[in-house]
Amino acid sequence: MQAVLPANSFLPFCVDNLNKESLTLYVQMIKSKVDEEDYWHSSKFKAFTFDDEDDELSRLKESRQAVNNIRRLVEEDDDEDDVERISWSGEPVGSISWSVKETAASSQRADREPAFPKISTDTPSISRSQSGYSLSSLFKGKPKVGNFQTFSDALTDSSVRLYAPELRKPKSEYKDYVSDWSPEETVQRLQQGKAVSLERFRTLQDKLLLLDHAIAAHDGNVITAVLIYLKRTLCKEVLFRELESRQTALRHFIHYLSETQNQRLLLELHRALGRAEDAALLQYKEHLSITDENKRRDFLKNCLSLPFSAEDLAHVQDHYTLLERQIIIEVTDRQAERGGKVEIFQKFPRKALILNMPLITTLYYCCFYHYAEPEGTFSSPLNIRQTFKISEKQYFVTALAARAKLKAWLDVDALFASRNWLGFTRKKSPLSFQRVVDILQKNSAPTHVLQDYVALVDDGELRLTLAQKHKCHDIVISTYRDMKDRQLLLGYRGKVVRGSAEERKIDDLLSNPQIRWKN
Amino acid sequence: MRLRRSHLICCAASKEKMAAHLSYGRVNLNILREAARKELREFLDKCAGSKAIVWDEYLTGPFGLIAQYSLLKEHEVEKMFTLKNGRLPPADVKNIIFFVRPRLELMDIIADNITSEDRHHSSRDFHILFVPRRSMLCEQRLKEQGVLASFINIDEYILDLIPYDGDLLSMEYESAFRECYLENDQTSLYHTAKGLMTLQALYGTIPQIYGKGECARLVANMMLRMKREFAGSQNQILPVFDTLLLLDRNVDLLTPLATQLTYEGLIDEIYGISNGYVKLPPEKFAQKKQGEGSKDLPTEPKKLQLNSAEELYAEIRDKNFNAVGAALSKKAKIISAAFEERHNAKTVGEIKQFVSQLPHMQAARSSLANHTSIAELIKDITTSEAFFDNLTVEQEFMTGVDTDKVNTYIEDCIAQKDPLIKILRLVCMQSVCNNGLKHKVMDYYKREILQTYGYEHMLTLNNLEKAGLLKPQTGSRNNYPTIRKTLKLWMEDANEQNPNDISYVYSGYSPLSIRLTQILARPGWRSIEEVLKMLPGPHFEERQQLPSGLHKKRQQGENRTTLVFFLGGVTYAEIAALRFLSQVEDSGMEYVIATTKLINGTTWIKSLMDRPESPTQ
Repeated sequence: MQAVLPANSFLPFCVDNLNKESLTLYVQMIKSKVDEEDYWHSSKFKAFTFDDEDDELSRLKESRQAVNNIRRLVEEDDDEDDVERISWSGEPVGSISWSVKETAASSQRADREPAFPKISTDTPSISRSQSGYSLSSLFKGKPKVGNFQTFSDALTDSSVRLYAPELRKPKSEYKDYVSDWSPEETVQRLQQGKAVSLERFRTLQDKLLLLDHAIAAHDGNVITAVLIYLKRTLCKEVLFRELESRQTALRHFIHYLSETQNQRLLLELHRALGRAEDAALLQYKEHLSITDENKRRDFLKNCLSLPFSAEDLAHVQDHYTLLERQIIIEVTDRQAERGGKVEIFQKFPRKALILNMPLITTLYYCCFYHYAEPEGTFSSPLNIRQTFKISEKQYFVTALAARAKLKAWLDVDALFASRNWLGFTRKKSPLSFQRVVDILQKNSAPTHVLQDYVALVDDGELRLTLAQKHKCHDIVISTYRDMKDRQLLLGYRGKVVRGSAEERKIDDLLSNPQIRWKN
Repeated sequence: MRLRRSHLICCAASKEKMAAHLSYGRVNLNILREAARKELREFLDKCAGSKAIVWDEYLTGPFGLIAQYSLLKEHEVEKMFTLKNGRLPPADVKNIIFFVRPRLELMDIIADNITSEDRHHSSRDFHILFVPRRSMLCEQRLKEQGVLASFINIDEYILDLIPYDGDLLSMEYESAFRECYLENDQTSLYHTAKGLMTLQALYGTIPQIYGKGECARLVANMMLRMKREFAGSQNQILPVFDTLLLLDRNVDLLTPLATQLTYEGLIDEIYGISNGYVKLPPEKFAQKKQGEGSKDLPTEPKKLQLNSAEELYAEIRDKNFNAVGAALSKKAKIISAAFEERHNAKTVGEIKQFVSQLPHMQAARSSLANHTSIAELIKDITTSEAFFDNLTVEQEFMTGVDTDKVNTYIEDCIAQKDPLIKILRLVCMQSVCNNGLKHKVMDYYKREILQTYGYEHMLTLNNLEKAGLLKPQTGSRNNYPTIRKTLKLWMEDANEQNPNDISYVYSGYSPLSIRLTQILARPGWRSIEEVLKMLPGPHFEERQQLPSGLHKKRQQGENRTTLVFFLGGVTYAEIAALRFLSQVEDSGMEYVIATTKLINGTTWIKSLMDRPESPTQ
């Protein structure tokens, strides 16, 4: 993919020649891609066929080339494309969303505070677009071409006349003057958005009949309207009881209460219906709107007495414990940072508060700033791991990334060694060493560190690929030696620095008469 | 049909060209669009005099599919603003019209606008147009805020089904799935039924209705009921659709979770198509003119409209991405050859002829340039290791490999803090393909997710469970393998270049929803009764009586037309699969597609998340 050809490298005269030229380049590319190809083909699934990878690639290139060539032939302004006229702000000119901005621009007041952070008023783009088009020219539309206009005119005239009369006039409309509506008619009028009084439904029986008709109509709007009336005119107990046998209405009522943020009634409803877990979750959700961390912590603590499922309760407990700790750690670390005596805070000032961060982020933070602390402290990584039962893999990945970021290679080393009871002879990891190399490399580990871990990759082929990628020369060289592949070793000689130790090593091997090369 | 399209493209530069592509399909959807435009004009004329429209920003997208600014302008709309708190901007107009969705939070903003209005100096009339429906709740809120009386008109604009392309209708109702399956709010189904009634009013009664799923059943019931209510007037239009198929999204939870591998599907997966537009990173689209360096790289995203009005796009969008390169290169050759023709133009007449074709050729060139750039952007991603690994795991799940164990790849992705939605898509997929996860596996995933992404996502996990996307294994047997085998959901030898089966859209996996559609057409659902019972919800068939004289006399070999309605969303890959079926020569069936919303795995999962609007961080 890297080999996409620069457009300027072609002479713009003859398309045929160009294709030949690109073809040779393309053949070269295929050669260099052989290794990668093998990798794809060795995979178990080949459904998204990467077989025609190269074919595909060259095809795309062909069209890219053609595009570039033709562009030179026709030095037209791209704004004149008849595909779509796009303003500088990226909206097609004349579209509604574009015009909203455009027409608003003339009366935009500087002192207006945008209420929606999401909607950008985009002043710079407006001023730029004005430079391009005058307001009046914008809305003239494009010049009419051919008989296209009549095509759409004709359509307006004829086909729309088919417009169905029944769309607008259901039969009930003819009875507009009567006022004593049956429940059924009331529901219909509600559906049509017409004035209607619900007050005439006085008895419980009438009200329920009305509700049932509303439910049968499936119009959420109408159901809600009736529910609002019932909420106002019935006592809670009765309403809740009746809703229990009307699931659809119940769900609409719940939706209505949560929309209007009537938490209290909602909780009561859940409890009355024995939906304790729903109620608990709902209450838990409220913590998100509490900004003060101490208040949030206290709120979470109160949540612990709610009737969660056992599983959810464990999570809420962890959530509470985590925030409690974060508050303590934050206070301590802020002091340490201000005190200016703890080196690590001076060297790597904290970028954000640890409050409300996820657990693994907190673990990373503690592995970064509090790695060596004894297990007894709140901020000790080991303590966190214990308390929250973090899986071995997660702990390992996090600690590895944090220590590598600090370039604390000894710590990194120790992470692997400490796993092993048989005298630190072998490095062991809950992760594949390929992933380990990946993590180290992302944290810009130097070659001599990477080398140790590349060497531990089990799969020989993969090890060689990684070694080549990360320039771990020793591994490559000894692998070739073990393969007794003189040609490859010779080839690799060209890739190491002249006069380096690696080059000498290769030369020594090549001149070693005891090796029986296979080629 | 194809020929006509390419011919008309030449003159498609007319001002309302956007509509043209709606008329080339089997069913002329332009009629629907025109009906919607007429309705809009009528409302605007109701508010006599000059006007300003205050837009709920969300609506500008869907409205853009119906009308351009020019239409509003013709009806004295002089200013347009986006809805926000505070005072309305000054505008010397008679009417202020709010175009809004029926949402409580928007009512509060409107109320704020009205109360901030300077009553002594202003004599502006206020109107509200609710889209797609009026809402009691909203009007009540306006009343509580003491502004309801300020409105002269409160109306609704029934924009249920919006024509999106020649064979595609969407309600653009984003929360439909969440409302139906999580909140159990059936309002969207009511709107669906209403939309289908409108459609029948314009295109004739649909004689046959099939359906699968709870929601499908409800919609059919509502339609039949509404029809009874209108019994007074007979629909005299010759039916255009032979069959309506209503499908619940939760009958096929698997398909949207899989990564789409068609061109259009990938554009949507990677960049997101919204109301027919996509925003792309601008770098690839920078013009490099000779002698000019790349000094002014554009920083704003490039916005492109994607629909069948663009000849090349119509040709390639439904192809498997691996076949797109070849198609583009073929096109490139044709266009290059066309430009070479200038050497052969010797006489004045010939030159004139050449020049007259130039605009069309330039449009084709520009279209080719855009799609080459997009294909290059996508190629960078599909050839990445991450994409391949993800796809491998998806395909393992879909073929039933190791779905009952903790998956190492998912574990690694969590450890790398890959986007949460990606994790959720995979975990849900594993759950669906295993008919629920073992307790131990589920607990493990949950703990890892909560520890890594935050405990508040407990709420999201709960939602996914309620929607059935994530579930603990119950006593019953895993029936996914049976479903897979009976419906041939996995095809070992999917042909991406010259497809012979719908499985090409996912390079092996055939979308369950489309298999159901295909089997319904031939040999019929009776052949798969057993599997239908394993899938959630009832399946049914209803007939609607046609007035005598409207029974179609079918010509020999004439295709039948089925409208497939996806309740809860449909993906571009599924649409591609249906288009493929329409084109298969002897299928005898053409499909028109309707949905509550065009979705992909990411937007779908997102709609189910309880996003913490966390004020912290």
